[in-house]
Amino acid sequence: MAEYAHPETLAGTGWVAEHSADPRVRVVEVDVDTKAYDEGHVPGAIAWAWNTQLCDIVRRDILSQQKFEELMSASGITPDTTLVIYGDNNNWFAAWALWQARIYGHRDVRLMNGGRKKWLSESREVSTETPQVRPTNYRAQEADLSLRAFLPQVEEAVDRRSAGLVDVRSPQEYTGEILAPPGLPETCQRGGHIPGARNIPWGRACNDDGTFKSADELRRIYDAEGIDGTRPVIAYCRIGERSSHTWFVLKYLLGFDKVTNYDGSWTEWGNLVGVPVEREQAASSARG
Amino acid sequence: MRAEEFQERRVEVAGWPVNVASYRLGAAWHSQADNVSPGAGLARVTAATREEAEEKALRRAAELLARTRRH
Repeated sequence: MAEYAHPETLAGTGWVAEHSADPRVRVVEVDVDTKAYDEGHVPGAIAWAWNTQLCDIVRRDILSQQKFEELMSASGITPDTTLVIYGDNNNWFAAWALWQARIYGHRDVRLMNGGRKKWLSESREVSTETPQVRPTNYRAQEADLSLRAFLPQVEEAVDRRSAGLVDVRSPQEYTGEILAPPGLPETCQRGGHIPGARNIPWGRACNDDGTFKSADELRRIYDAEGIDGTRPVIAYCRIGERSSHTWFVLKYLLGFDKVTNYDGSWTEWGNLVGVPVEREQAASSARG
Repeated sequence: MRAEEFQERRVEVAGWPVNVASYRLGAAWHSQADNVSPGAGLARVTAATREEAEEKALRRAAELLARTRRH
């Protein structure tokens, strides 16, 4: 069985249980439902709220370098800290946080494999106490934008087939039957997908317990849709968090060199004037 | 404190597959419902029993799923 390309980017729940109190390790919970942390969390973990602390809500952007430095400093993190991130929904927004940490050059950042669900299902210790943190003076690196796709790169990928586009939303979102996951706000004017995109829902990368599938299984899933690492890949979803999860899989578990996350995603493309969309059924959706 | 008796199952609500998980933390039972395919959380509730928690989570999930517009 093949190994993950970068197994060091994953931390098992057992490893986290042994190291969560290690001063060289900082465990951070990032949930879709920002109230989940208060219910009980990994002892010693702090929480980041994706909707206020991990984005610029005025510019609709990721954190600026300065804001990222402020967050890391307030979280007691230094450039040498092993940062372990986990969360609900199989690490949706944990992956979003990891993506930004990599953009700003944090060297050792890992996802807890299986996320919050696996921790709870294993009946591991949880705490309702928020730990005291000694602030640091964190200095980030310049943003590495090779990890991020902007609209012009996506338009080029559509026009010239210069990159493989992976739509990681559900088949119903991909075809335009629904405009957002049920229960979440519709953030676009029309449904469908970016022309040429393949539909490989993010959840296909996960086992039932929330952990990632094996490298061999992952390679088969993406190979079947022509995503094999031989050309650049752009992943997108609705607002960029589910595609962060797929970005992580392709970049670190399969080791593809040129993988970007288009965080403008369907909220941007679906509202553009004068650009086409496609709405046909994905072949992959029939396979579930 | 540890999460005890974690359990999850898949049901259909308003025509959508829904995953409902429940567990006990201390004296409180927690339940959450997620829609399976997009994977998004629908409801998270607390109650005195597992049955009550799951019922509340599924009721809330049904409300949200019923509002989903198909285009």
